Amino acid sequence: MNPIIQVEKLTKAYGAMIAVDDVSFAVQSGEIFGMVGPNGAGKTTTIECLEGLRRPDQGRVHVLGLDPVSQERLLRPQLGVQLQQANLPERIKVWEALDLYASFYSRPLDWRNLIEQLGLAEKRNTAFRKLSGGQKQRLFIALALLNDPQVVFLDELTTGLDPQARHASWDLVRSIRDRGKTVFLTTHFMEEAERLCDRVAIMDQGRIVALDTPANLIRSLKGENRVQFSVDVDLDVSSLSKLPHAGRLERHGDIFVVHGRATDHQDQAALVGEVVNFLTLHGVRFSELRTEQANLEDVFLALTGRQIRV
Amino acid sequence: MMRPFLKMTWIEAKLLLREPIGVFFTLAFPLMMLFLFGSIYGNKPLPFFAGYGSVDVSVPAYTAMIIATSGLLTLSIGMAGNRENGILRRLRATPMRPLIILSSQMTVIFAMTVAGMTLLIVAGKIFYGLRFNGSALNVAAAFLLSSLSFFALGFVLAGLLPTARTAQVVGMVLFYPMIFLSGSTIPLESLPSGVRAFARFLPLTHVVTLLRGLWIGDAWSRHGTEVIVLLVLLIACTLVAVKTFRWE
Repeated sequence: MNPIIQVEKLTKAYGAMIAVDDVSFAVQSGEIFGMVGPNGAGKTTTIECLEGLRRPDQGRVHVLGLDPVSQERLLRPQLGVQLQQANLPERIKVWEALDLYASFYSRPLDWRNLIEQLGLAEKRNTAFRKLSGGQKQRLFIALALLNDPQVVFLDELTTGLDPQARHASWDLVRSIRDRGKTVFLTTHFMEEAERLCDRVAIMDQGRIVALDTPANLIRSLKGENRVQFSVDVDLDVSSLSKLPHAGRLERHGDIFVVHGRATDHQDQAALVGEVVNFLTLHGVRFSELRTEQANLEDVFLALTGRQIRV
Repeated sequence: MMRPFLKMTWIEAKLLLREPIGVFFTLAFPLMMLFLFGSIYGNKPLPFFAGYGSVDVSVPAYTAMIIATSGLLTLSIGMAGNRENGILRRLRATPMRPLIILSSQMTVIFAMTVAGMTLLIVAGKIFYGLRFNGSALNVAAAFLLSSLSFFALGFVLAGLLPTARTAQVVGMVLFYPMIFLSGSTIPLESLPSGVRAFARFLPLTHVVTLLRGLWIGDAWSRHGTEVIVLLVLLIACTLVAVKTFRWE
């Protein structure tokens, strides 16, 4: 099957600043594909090239087999777009915005059903400026879905939302995928990419530094699970490393860190069990037991040598 | 293409009416001026106005002021604001053509300008026995030309100025001297000759002269200068507006 989105050697510069540098990837039908990275990594420029809002300097971009710039008129009606910095007039009512945007398409969905599903039905007569951040985002999602698009682009969907609204947005995005749509999203939240996306492209300084499923990316970091505890007696360190799931050991004063051998979650649970059993069996009193799991942030750190903090 | 245009125009009209300030300056303020000066001077024919009354002269002049309000303030601030806030950005990601978006905005502002003039005429007729000796068609044509020229000027301001705030500041800096020196608030006849000489360089003066002239039945041939100035303004500003138009 042909990919829904095909990008080959995409390059885009603003003056001397190269925003996207020779990027290639493909997105398959029906997946949630995430582009993740710090602010300024080139995510928005990439998504805007896919949406036909920016013209690539070099390289080729195809969405649904069409060139987003030269074939914009054919492509535009099939795309759903949620932009990072976009707005509606302050005093427009929810239903007016939906009614207006529906008139732009030849076969729009019934927006009444859409706002019912998105939990905005009771806000239909509310002015845009009176909506909460989460409600505005839901309205923008509704506008993006009005034309029953094949592909939905979501640029920094959850930025500025509180955790509760963010989780609700994730459910929404999954429900879009479950309708058979392809979702392309950008985010600077590693956790969001990890929990939501089928595949993730990690972007840094205009380049894709890794692209795989979140689980594979994390698995590629060997031994990044850790169990940490402190004891007030002397402990024979070497016997800890004989545990089946344990790898390297570290000791800082009375704090011990046992690194795991593998990285999937089950093995981490096994490692914790082994460590606790070991300590109990040997009658060692321990405190401040903590486990740390490798996540996409560690992947980013390992790949770029920098923390992603926003 | 017609359905989205009509829908957009209808919603733009509702949005405009929800902004009380814009409505005030286009509809209420000129009426207040009419009643204020009408109650002071009445509308008796005066030799000073070549046999017409103060109200007869003021209605076309205030109409020019409404045109300036619509173009220099309402349109330019609105467009710059829509761009600054990302409203145009969101529209751009739809299949809508920019021409439809811009023409629906212009249609609404034009309709409000017409409403402002209509209120002046109706109030002038009812309360002061407003005289009209021109051809309605000629006045309508001059009104259209003047409006388009000033709307184009408004689009230029919106294109050149980065934010709604700067558009407002620059729009006001152009608007206030212009309405006082062009004869659209104070009759040209009352202005010193030095000011009148300067006023010839203000585009609004030509709107006032053209509307007042056609209002009392002048032939077009007497107003070649005004027509040429406004046409040049329209063409030049349209070209610049097309060049400077930005979605974001």
